[in-house]
Amino acid sequence: MKNVVKQEIMALSGDEAVAYAVKQSDVDVVAAYPITPQTIIVEKFSEYVANGQVQTEFVCTESEHSALAACLAASATGARTFTASASAGLALMHEMLFVTSGCRAPVVMAIANRALSAPLNIHGDQSDSMAQRDSGWIQLYVENAQEVYDSIIQAFRIAEDLNVLLPVIVGLDGFTLSHTLENVKVLSDDVVNGFVGMRQLPNVVTHEGKSVPFKLDPENPMTMGPIALPNYYFEFKRQQDEAMKNALAVIQQVNSEYAELSGRSYGNGLLDAYCLDDAEIAVVCLGSTAGTLKTVVDELRKEGVKAGLLRIRTFRPLPVEEIRSALENVKAVAVMDKSLSFGGNGGAVFHEIRHVLYDAKVQPYVVNYIYGLGGRDTSPREMRGIFEDLQRILQTQRVEKSIQYVGLRE
Amino acid sequence: MTEEWKFTTKDIAEKPDLFLSGHRACAGCGPATVLRLIMKATRGPTIVTEATGCMEVVSSIYPYTSWGVPWLHTAFETAAANASGIEAALKIMKKKGRVKQEHTDIIALAGDGGTYDIGLQALSGAVERGHDFLFVLYDNEAYMNTGIQRSGGTPKGAATTTTPAGSVVPGKLEHKKPIAEIMIAHEMPYVATAAPYYWRDLLMKVRKGLEVEGPAFLHVFAPCPRGWRSDPAKSIEYSKLAVETCVFPLWESVNGQCQLSVPSKLVALAPQKKKPVTDYLQGQGRFRHLFTPQNKKLLEEIQSLTDERWQRLLKKCQAS
Amino acid sequence: MNREKSWKEIALAGVCSKSSTGFLTGDWKTYTPVRDPAKCTRCLLCVLFCPDGAIRWRPEKADIEFDYSFCKGCGICANECPTKAITMKLL
Repeated sequence: MKNVVKQEIMALSGDEAVAYAVKQSDVDVVAAYPITPQTIIVEKFSEYVANGQVQTEFVCTESEHSALAACLAASATGARTFTASASAGLALMHEMLFVTSGCRAPVVMAIANRALSAPLNIHGDQSDSMAQRDSGWIQLYVENAQEVYDSIIQAFRIAEDLNVLLPVIVGLDGFTLSHTLENVKVLSDDVVNGFVGMRQLPNVVTHEGKSVPFKLDPENPMTMGPIALPNYYFEFKRQQDEAMKNALAVIQQVNSEYAELSGRSYGNGLLDAYCLDDAEIAVVCLGSTAGTLKTVVDELRKEGVKAGLLRIRTFRPLPVEEIRSALENVKAVAVMDKSLSFGGNGGAVFHEIRHVLYDAKVQPYVVNYIYGLGGRDTSPREMRGIFEDLQRILQTQRVEKSIQYVGLRE
Repeated sequence: MTEEWKFTTKDIAEKPDLFLSGHRACAGCGPATVLRLIMKATRGPTIVTEATGCMEVVSSIYPYTSWGVPWLHTAFETAAANASGIEAALKIMKKKGRVKQEHTDIIALAGDGGTYDIGLQALSGAVERGHDFLFVLYDNEAYMNTGIQRSGGTPKGAATTTTPAGSVVPGKLEHKKPIAEIMIAHEMPYVATAAPYYWRDLLMKVRKGLEVEGPAFLHVFAPCPRGWRSDPAKSIEYSKLAVETCVFPLWESVNGQCQLSVPSKLVALAPQKKKPVTDYLQGQGRFRHLFTPQNKKLLEEIQSLTDERWQRLLKKCQAS
Repeated sequence: MNREKSWKEIALAGVCSKSSTGFLTGDWKTYTPVRDPAKCTRCLLCVLFCPDGAIRWRPEKADIEFDYSFCKGCGICANECPTKAITMKLL
């Protein structure tokens, strides 16, 4: 691509890449609480603070709930804010996630995806952010450390877009990405600064009848976070849903704009399709598993199997049309879920993909594979087994088991 | 601290209200008077953040607002966490040249629910971190907004909907949590108690709290006629009785040095004038069951508990 | 009565659009305060203690004014008045 800027290669873990991206994005307030496997993000960032490398107020709150409350309040005051968490910390924030999106605060949060208790488990799976998919936050899932660096920077632009104004979660797999060192191409400080720019505020009409910037400012008093009775609450939620719809376009725009600078594009920003054009069987997944799956697809392709992979980068808002058209010609789809909705007949991603494909011109077979819970490793061999199952389904025109567990000791 | 703020009653009466009429609080609401008075003590640009509770709900029923200052509500636990975030944002944005005001006062407002119980963690954390804000507790001694359920601030013997006065258990048996003393133990610059009847004292303490560089905590007694089953006309009078009976003494702690405020000092100097707690308790429906023969002992316990705490306070103030 | 606004018309995030001074609570009261100006010393305690800010000091009139459109009839003013200049009358 022409005009791609000069970039430096740094050896960074996923967590370090997050911290570095935040460092460059002129963030005003970071309020956070440590939890494995996100700890390196806050530790690294506090080093930048201690060495005067950032102009950021770093608030070490006494819990995650307070961390998000502080970020929300800071955002309401006009600041650009960031926080990070995982697992139980994200769960503790649950109440505040809804409040943050309801207050239309463009907070950006990195989630080092980790299993939820009980029993206690510090390793990677996606149950934590899956459990928050109704909270009104945009959710992006990344494949590697490079993408997490790029996505954090993009997240500020997506969140703060005047047609969006929604908070964003960027999910990176716990330990697999958070703690693994990779080569990451980083942009220069100036370029990132230029890309994120200064936070723009929408104008609102206050009770004083003036149209003023949306922030807590003694010069233009306004009341935020009121009680809305049944005669109004519904309309505010509709506004949020509209913002989610707008986000689909904005995420794509930001992805292409960023690609102009960096030379890196993640599919169209919403989905990353790999060998799907003529694929007959395909696996759908989120996150780092896509990396391993690509190797498996390559292997199968060499053997003449028409296999493909669809990685969902943007899970919320759900890119319905894009998923449907990406999987248009696929005859059997396996959805891999690194989380489980107990009693819900499969995982969350399975539910969503299946419901999208219900309206497809030709409905493919759609089956579910629950894997990786609590950081259970899944081998390329096991993943290849999933493609082999799909082949069997097409041969026999029958689904024996709609939902299976990969690597579980039965 | 800066020079003492001098004001006449007329000055305060003429100062425009920043907690506006048209809010939906009950007739005779103590907290509403408290809030009006607190806002009269502001000194310049001010941002208020409030926890969920009576005063939050009555003053912000969309599309109406009773707030003439920037105001944020997020959740029940978060008054102090919000204040931390606002303070951090203003600090850094000022450094970056994005804030006009030289200084903005931040007031975090919460009821006893949002302070003693669900809000205690955020309050303790914010104070430990030393944020520059004033936390005001308007204490009506129960979770009034949700229907008068007991809180850590409910006094011993009070009937609430979760500690009703029954035939076996006569109301709440636990003591009122000594929240102001908990805050003093944080070694914070300013902690004080106030009551609306002594409005001058209340205004001075709010002003002092705002002037402190760092966290300040103000515990304000705020009678609730609905929850206390008391005469709405007597809400302010009850705050006076609470001080005169030493149920709610007035004092302040400046950097750990405690001193009684004038209304309580008068009681200390003339102990024979100290009123028995029954003067305060009677007339309040929540304490009515205490005046039956089987609860005589509980009534005596309340008097001795009040006396014990009063003596401890006197000792602490003399030692300073 | 104004029609309630659609989701496209209201401000985002619930920013309130009207001051509560537009919501008159005066019809809540059963008793109403009546002041005897002869007994009133203009101490202004009623102005300070009214939970609703329904009693105002008018410097241009050098007198107190009751705003019955907000007064809820609680009786605090009558109870606290040092000269008993205010009495609560049944409406």
